[in-house]
Amino acid sequence: MSKYEIAIWVFMLAAFLGFELIRRVSPLLHTPLMSLTNAISAIAVVGAILITGEKEATMLTRTLGFIAVVASVTNVVSGYLITDRMLKMFKKREPEKKR
Amino acid sequence: MIETIFPALYILAAASFILAIKWMNSPATARRGVLIGEIGMLLAVVGTLLRREVVNYEWILIAFFIGSAIGVPIAYYMPMTAVPQRTAFSHACGAIASALIGTAEYYRNIPHGFPMAALIVETLLGFLTFTASMMAFGKLQEILPQRPITYRGQNFVNLGVFGLAVALGITLIVSPERMYLYPIFAVLALIFGVLLIIPIGGADMPTVIALLNSYAGLSASAMGFVLDNKLLIVAGALDGSSGFILSVIMCRAMNRSFSNVLFGAFGTIQTSAKQSGVERTVRSASPEEAAEILDAARSVIIIPGYGMAVAQAQHKLRELHDVLAKRGIDVKFAIHPVAGRMPGHMNVLLAEADVPYDHLFEMDDINPEFPRTDVALVIGANDVVNPAARNDKNSPISGMPILNASEARTVMVIKRSMSPGFAGIDNELYYLDKTLMLFGDAKVFVTGIVKELNVAVGVGAR
Repeated sequence: MSKYEIAIWVFMLAAFLGFELIRRVSPLLHTPLMSLTNAISAIAVVGAILITGEKEATMLTRTLGFIAVVASVTNVVSGYLITDRMLKMFKKREPEKKR
Repeated sequence: MIETIFPALYILAAASFILAIKWMNSPATARRGVLIGEIGMLLAVVGTLLRREVVNYEWILIAFFIGSAIGVPIAYYMPMTAVPQRTAFSHACGAIASALIGTAEYYRNIPHGFPMAALIVETLLGFLTFTASMMAFGKLQEILPQRPITYRGQNFVNLGVFGLAVALGITLIVSPERMYLYPIFAVLALIFGVLLIIPIGGADMPTVIALLNSYAGLSASAMGFVLDNKLLIVAGALDGSSGFILSVIMCRAMNRSFSNVLFGAFGTIQTSAKQSGVERTVRSASPEEAAEILDAARSVIIIPGYGMAVAQAQHKLRELHDVLAKRGIDVKFAIHPVAGRMPGHMNVLLAEADVPYDHLFEMDDINPEFPRTDVALVIGANDVVNPAARNDKNSPISGMPILNASEARTVMVIKRSMSPGFAGIDNELYYLDKTLMLFGDAKVFVTGIVKELNVAVGVGAR
């Protein structure tokens, strides 16, 4: 199997896994879900680091990579923090004794 | 030897992302999901920084610093009502990152064959999602007009630009050395993103945001093919399928066709409803009267919409909920899937106002309860309670599943004025004999009702 073939297999299986997992998420949490998956896909930072940090990087590729690292890190940081901030707000009915 | 540890870190990171999404299925485990997602990200980033290819750290560290300096304030100081804008902005960040990485990869070492095809997919989706998301951001932030803007031949122009971009992309796949074509290709993709959002109105935003989410994810996944990195493929595919499913759910909730989603939202608002021209009368009521009716009710269902978010009325609404609940009145919230500007928008706002989430009900669960309900209180929602969706075959929203507010014994609608929404669809609900229109700003009006109810309590107690 060529490495491209393996890559396509991985994509296919991950997409179906994604479908099955997301279908089970309650509509209640659709907004935090979107910001979490967003933070996860900011894993693009891996690609950006490789381009920015490599030895032979030209001015052009390093600049592009640099902007890409900034954009992805923004997403990583704000994505995870805000998802958690949202989820913290979801509470069940308060116990009666509290009031 | 140490090189063998990096693939292991990537595999662990992929597993944590999958677990993170799995744990999002319930509010009880969701925060654990965020934590494991963070751990996964940390593993992947550390694993990458330690790789032999990475020798130059200054730029990366500066970029980390700037990214955090932007991200942290957004996360902590952004008001919850701005969540749709933030989401659109983060789609833009994700998309531009992946488009620029693709571009850098192209100029670094021109790929051929399969990786070049993946690179074209990556950059096409990346560039168009970037401008489209920025446009969506502008509309949600109200920098740009929220109305859909349409002109004759719009679809022709849009498809033309897109077709041209795809044609150039295919040419580049066949002969990647034609480097002069690449900038033109990129610019066309950027322009197409702008054109794509021009005809989109606020009511379609939930679908569009979900769709852009999907595009951004697919772009990241395509990057994984270019860089031969399985972690990117998996994370991108998870994000892509998530956005895809959400847009399908949004579509179903608006009764729009599936092909409509796939091609963006071309001309979604084709017809504005015919105006009857006949002056029709509605009954209106004051906060005092509304408070009396609520006080006499045994069960109340509150239906929030985008108007609640605009007026920032969620906190007052929760006060109303508390006052009524204290009197033994059964209060529930009915949430339509497309209420607001993004999937789950209403739930987040009500959660912010401390409304317990087990008081929030989905459309299919709450609809059978309306005939047994004394008062349906509609606050800032319009199309999602419009009976025309069910009764009027000619209505633009015909066939859209709605909340059956009209089946409650009394309907109260808080609305600024009788002017129809930007879709221009009149709402039969407002003219029913059992409907009371409560004209005014949602927050001010709910405050008024709460005040009246509290006065009544004070008198009763003495």
